[in-house]
Amino acid sequence: MIFATVGTQLPFDRLVETLDKLHKNQSINKCFAQIGPQGKRPESIDFSATLTPLQFAKHIADCKVIVSHAGMGTILTAMRYGKPIIIMPRLAKYGEHRNDHQLATVANLRDRAGIHVAQDETSLMEKLLHISSLKASRCASSCAEPKLISAISNFINKDEQELEYV
Amino acid sequence: MMNIDKKTKVLAVASGGGHWVQMLRLRPAFRDCDVTYVTVNPGSKSDVNGCKFYSVTDGNRDTKFTLIMMALKLLYITLITRPNVVISTGAAHGYFACRFGKLIGAKTLFIDSVANAEEMSLSAKLVSSHANKVFSQWPKVARKAGVEFHGSVL
Repeated sequence: MIFATVGTQLPFDRLVETLDKLHKNQSINKCFAQIGPQGKRPESIDFSATLTPLQFAKHIADCKVIVSHAGMGTILTAMRYGKPIIIMPRLAKYGEHRNDHQLATVANLRDRAGIHVAQDETSLMEKLLHISSLKASRCASSCAEPKLISAISNFINKDEQELEYV
Repeated sequence: MMNIDKKTKVLAVASGGGHWVQMLRLRPAFRDCDVTYVTVNPGSKSDVNGCKFYSVTDGNRDTKFTLIMMALKLLYITLITRPNVVISTGAAHGYFACRFGKLIGAKTLFIDSVANAEEMSLSAKLVSSHANKVFSQWPKVARKAGVEFHGSVL
């Protein structure tokens, strides 16, 4: 089962169309897509415009592979559940986002276990055709790096008096 | 002396989507605090069962009206919760929360989203002269922007 998601705000038709095409010619089997409020409706795959956080969590838990835009919310959720994720960056030139920060995201996450980058539709198609070979990250993680947690704890607890009277 | 038995009040503010998911990954840092969470989607309440929670309309740079409504609601929440510390993982919600937090004398920390791997976000840049501290989650971005780096949510 593939779960595709484009995030809550903007449509990402290039991603949904690629899945729809492969589903239509039976190259992939079960697939569910969350396509965004303004997304173009796929012909072949099941979809919904938006999902509640609980529905979203259920789809993530039930799927084998996640296919997503390169949004940190979905990437972090995939890591939390230890599921393999294919990410394709939104591009500003197609009006898919305000800027190209998702290109930076994929460039910096490319080497992480469990994260599979598809730069464009062709590469996405290739990855989908070999979906059973996609590996998940070794361990699921639900919180930030310990040093970030302790830096925040320090900020909360330290120097309160001093800062209060600046 | 007054605060000796009282837990530190933390206001944890994040915009929707990835900003909120990043906030959830910081929860161990708030273990001993009295936390109030704020984000966009009312359904996100289920992520922090049992904690104080507010949802605030998604404003963005395109629509002035929703931005103003968002700022007013964040001001209201800041005034009634009276936090000692405001912590945000972005974006626009975090900018306003840090500004209003300062207004009532809270310490403010803005953690720029891990999505900003090349350059700090607009919200982080705007808030950097107001917040007590700004963290970037990428060392090279932190160096370039002159803010702190202490690891990431990944």
